[in-house]
Amino acid sequence: MDDRPMSISLQGTIGRGEFERTLNFSVADGEVLAITGPNGSGKSTIIHTIAGLVPLRSGQLQSDNITWDAPDSKQWVTPENRTCAVVFQDLRLFPHMNVMSNVAYGLRARGIQKDEAIERSQKMLKRVGLSSFESRRPTDLSGGERQRVALARGLVLEPRVLLLDEPLSAVDTASRAALRELLPEVLSGFAGATILVTHDLGDVEALATANLSLNQPINHQNPAGSS
Amino acid sequence: MTVSETNTDRRELKFRKPGIDRFFHFVVTAGALASLLVLGLIAAFLVFRGFQIFKDMGFSFITGSTWEGSGNPGEPTTYGIAPMLVGSIVLSLVAVAIAVPLSVAAALFIEFYADQRIKKFLISILDLAAAIPSVIFGLWGFFLLAPRASHWAMSLNHYFGWFPLFHVPGPFFDGSPFIGGMVLAVMISPIVTSVSREVFSQTPPDQISAAHALGGRKWSAIRYVALPFGRSGVVGGAMLGLGRALGETVAIYLVVNIVFKTNINILFSGGGNIASMIALKFGEASPYEVKGLMAAGFVLFIFTLLVNMAATYIVNLSKRNKA
Repeated sequence: MDDRPMSISLQGTIGRGEFERTLNFSVADGEVLAITGPNGSGKSTIIHTIAGLVPLRSGQLQSDNITWDAPDSKQWVTPENRTCAVVFQDLRLFPHMNVMSNVAYGLRARGIQKDEAIERSQKMLKRVGLSSFESRRPTDLSGGERQRVALARGLVLEPRVLLLDEPLSAVDTASRAALRELLPEVLSGFAGATILVTHDLGDVEALATANLSLNQPINHQNPAGSS
Repeated sequence: MTVSETNTDRRELKFRKPGIDRFFHFVVTAGALASLLVLGLIAAFLVFRGFQIFKDMGFSFITGSTWEGSGNPGEPTTYGIAPMLVGSIVLSLVAVAIAVPLSVAAALFIEFYADQRIKKFLISILDLAAAIPSVIFGLWGFFLLAPRASHWAMSLNHYFGWFPLFHVPGPFFDGSPFIGGMVLAVMISPIVTSVSREVFSQTPPDQISAAHALGGRKWSAIRYVALPFGRSGVVGGAMLGLGRALGETVAIYLVVNIVFKTNINILFSGGGNIASMIALKFGEASPYEVKGLMAAGFVLFIFTLLVNMAATYIVNLSKRNKA
């Protein structure tokens, strides 16, 4: 760990059903922490716990010195009030909305005026290379295009913490290569912390600045962007 | 590369279902066909009994506004059901317009806001309400609702009388389509609520959690995820309610002043629907007039069938758009 401000830190036990795992990690601004591990090791549960979709079993989860979840002191910030954005493994795009509405949803939900939400969404869609796809439905897109929409939908919120759950797992080989080129470019302009869950060491190599293997203690590889 | 010659004759797999499976298949098929058969027989009976009227009156039976004569030789007889057909539509639309927003709100409350105990209680109340006979609703409407609703109608007319629907040609507010529609709305609310709630309960939880994870509050998740997801169910429930409202007899017979006149000023006294007209006239009808009532019944039968087919079409269309 370095002395930069920590966007997110988790010290405690996560769990879902019978499964439990105790963790202790922090991620600083500009860092991309890859969390790797075999199936069932709790990778996605970490993402869901940080997003507030699964409660922490014990310990505490903090972001920018604000406690999001601390069961012992009964502190809890609801998912919609956490300054994070999730790109889910199964994307969870809204099928009845077009691409623009999907991307603008989070902004509108946070009270941003329609015009501003559309303008920001248009810029973000341009960044991910989907300018001409605004009026299409998710069902009319390829796997890679849907993944870009999900990424744009998270990034457009300008979150403090971006949570990417297996972002390259649901795409074909060609799209995966294109996304591996796009992701570092997009993430380089992102000021907050990124947590990337993956089982592919190629993703770690291409995207991560630090790696947390759920079988090993935390290992900072190359804290790029750090001073 | 060598290609070996293969035997292209396909092996035929023979599989004979066990006896119990064949028996069960026969029973369920017979059940399905029986309901179709009954429906067909009802239609055939109505056509058979009303055929002479369709032959004598032609298309004016649908478009005409007069119901006169008993068909005795030398007596001028004209039957046309347009006022009652319009009345059926007006009453049903008033009912749906009142019931759907209330039912959707109730369904959303039960599904997304009520805690488990209240939810269970409300669901059982809904099931109970759906089983209440329409005569009870009619009596409630006549004794309790109608006197109060007349005052509400007066107020609506006072403030919104400029709107053609709320205009009245005279100060008579009793037994209006508005009051009849309100009773029908209360009658159809349980079924609309029940169907809507059922569909809302199937909203994918992943989509709801995605909405929350993107900053959406409960209402935002309901508005942008649950409501679009349940739209086809709400339409289906509304159409089911419309179907029930179209054919309602006793409640309308008790609450509305049955007047054989087209009335689209919903606050003004007088109106009725085909079913209530049949009930009103049947006891004193001549044999020829009974044929007229059978023909009217056939029109109502076809009309209700068309509404249900339209409902199915809309629900399927909505499902296709969602896919």
